[in-house]
Amino acid sequence: MSSYNLTHLAQLEHEAIFVLREVAAQFERPALLFSGGKDSIVMARLAQKAFAPAKLPFPLVHVDTGHNFSEAIEYRDWFAEDVGARLIVRYVADSIKAGRCQEEKGLNPSRNGLQTVTLLDTIEEFKFDACLGGARRDEEKARAKERFFSHRDEFGQWDPKNQRPELWNLFNGRKNQGEHFRVFPLSNWTEMDVWQYIAREKLKIPSIYFSHQRRVVNRNGVLLAESPFITLLDGEHYEERTVRYRTVGDSTCTGAVESPASTMAEIIQEVASARVTERGTRADDKRSESSMEDRKKAGYF
Amino acid sequence: MSAALYATSTNEHTDEHYLAMDLLRFTTAGSVDDGKSTLIGRLLYDSKAIFEDTLENLERVTEQRGEETLNLALLTDGLRAEREQGITIDVAYRYFATPKRKFIIADTPGHIQYTRNMVTGASTANLAIILIDARKGVIEQTCRHSFIASLIGIPHVIVAVNKMDLVDFSEARFQEIVAQYSEFASRLNIPDIKFIPISALHGDNVVENSARMPWYQGGALLYTLETVYIGSDLNHIDPRFPVQTVIRPNNDAHHDFRGFAGRVAGGVFKPGDEIISLPSGLPAVIKSIHGPEGELAEAFAPMSVAITLDREIDSSRGDLFAKPHNQPVVTQDIEAMVCWFSPIKLNPAGKYILRHATRETKCAVKAVRYKVNINTLHKNTEDLTIGMNDIGRIHVRTAVPLMIDPYKRNRTTGSFIIIDEFTNATVGAGMIMWPDGSDRPQSEQFADMGGL
Repeated sequence: MSSYNLTHLAQLEHEAIFVLREVAAQFERPALLFSGGKDSIVMARLAQKAFAPAKLPFPLVHVDTGHNFSEAIEYRDWFAEDVGARLIVRYVADSIKAGRCQEEKGLNPSRNGLQTVTLLDTIEEFKFDACLGGARRDEEKARAKERFFSHRDEFGQWDPKNQRPELWNLFNGRKNQGEHFRVFPLSNWTEMDVWQYIAREKLKIPSIYFSHQRRVVNRNGVLLAESPFITLLDGEHYEERTVRYRTVGDSTCTGAVESPASTMAEIIQEVASARVTERGTRADDKRSESSMEDRKKAGYF
Repeated sequence: MSAALYATSTNEHTDEHYLAMDLLRFTTAGSVDDGKSTLIGRLLYDSKAIFEDTLENLERVTEQRGEETLNLALLTDGLRAEREQGITIDVAYRYFATPKRKFIIADTPGHIQYTRNMVTGASTANLAIILIDARKGVIEQTCRHSFIASLIGIPHVIVAVNKMDLVDFSEARFQEIVAQYSEFASRLNIPDIKFIPISALHGDNVVENSARMPWYQGGALLYTLETVYIGSDLNHIDPRFPVQTVIRPNNDAHHDFRGFAGRVAGGVFKPGDEIISLPSGLPAVIKSIHGPEGELAEAFAPMSVAITLDREIDSSRGDLFAKPHNQPVVTQDIEAMVCWFSPIKLNPAGKYILRHATRETKCAVKAVRYKVNINTLHKNTEDLTIGMNDIGRIHVRTAVPLMIDPYKRNRTTGSFIIIDEFTNATVGAGMIMWPDGSDRPQSEQFADMGGL
């Protein structure tokens, strides 16, 4: 074997850094969408490496639904300060107050879809022309069709049938006034790659990824954490379980998994033998066969 | 740089096996009829890349649609329009891993109207699986897929002769197809072709060698994917470094740091090496190379690094570092094969934007030399209109010089895309030929064009 070989994790790392630098070079006002979830943590780490020893050339942006896990919010604030990045937070609650959108009605109200309104308003407010997201193609079948550089029209919409072909490593970020791009440097990463990278880089992550005791309610097979935003239905009750989270979204639609994994090694072991996708814990994806595609078309992450 | 820097981890939590894995990108072109979806479904399923909830969801949707057998195509057809029409429209990327390798599949539709998707999926692939129905043998579609694989310079092709169960696992039939394909492929430029008789439906020779074809002595498909040697697929000979951006920290600690950031496109760069920045021709010596894990003793493709130099030279995005004794061609005139992506035909009098490596420039198509019939490989010099999914040879003139290599020599410095300056859509993909293409021996011209 020739010595000019890279492991697959190194190849993914070099590819993501190339994409991040391409964003800094092709756009005037990029932003990195940062939620404090594992994918955005890895993406932010790669961005640090891409521009070292300079600081991040773009701000971190978070759309706070008000239903986030407090552990993720704490982590977000700590991280921004630790890397010396500018953090911009905008609130779904403010969009609701301003009459830009309405709280969902019905049994399982979620602010997940409302994030889109706040995000698009934030993009307009700061005139961002590219938003870096930590989405991966292995997460969901609509995302499997996503480009690295994903064009959004002036209404923030994705047109999946009319995407620009992406050949070699030539990314076309040209656009008209008012349009923007979503860019996904982790497109080719899998859940396992993300965990292995967190382990390799010894990255700190929010505590809810590790096993802990929590009061949860089982709703349609999804274990939802006790919170003021959840109304128990007849026959439902909270019970204490040993759980952790595989993915961190809104507490109203992100389910926990029962797990004793309390170290990185145990988490990696669990991911390796998992038989259910991480988005299997997301109630927002269970609404219909095309939930993700529909939300993405409207401007979701 | 030493592989050890990457492969060794001091973290007790990481699995050394996993960190020693490499990456193979492959493409599969074909239609549902060839058993392509069945084959991908089997590879994903047998490598445990399909999760239970995905499978349950698939069962539920199959049932709702009133279909009887589990429709594995629904795994790859992620868009609503694709599921409605029962066809694959776009390139879908799939991921699976075995203990030896991680794989990225670019799954592309096989019909002629989706040639552009095939080209897209193939552009980053090390290997292509071409499926042949054992009952039908080599058909027009096989020729088309093989020509595209050859044109895009995919170094390894596996010809999977599928549905062997329907021809009684006949060795004679298999050999007949091997001979048929080999004769056709002699006109192409594919360095490594392997033939495997399989039944994707029943799993014969897919993951394990089949007892029903004892006459086949080669490895099963998955074993072949795991072991095909890809170490020499990238160019480690000609040093090429397109400058992506310049990193200049404005802080006291790194006051003088000026890093030329980019991804190595070829060859090897080391501190102390003399480089030349093109197109200016200014020389300098490499002071240091910075990778994701710190300073490096050497950098090679496809590493993303930042290079500092011993002196201040005027160089920025769009320039390219090479070495004084090994330089690309610097020119404004390019001969290339082009694949057209847009429903709006190529306008021979029109101006376009051309993006090559990290450089973007205006360009004009000066001539269309010929169009290729991608089924018969016939060169058409009468009808020179290049429409969607057409492949032809063009002469392009650019507004500024580009630093180019023939595509055959380097897939990064030998490729470009064409962008419509009004819609901003990517309308074409180009593969650069030898600059003196017309003067080269016939055999090499053939090879340049994917063997035409």
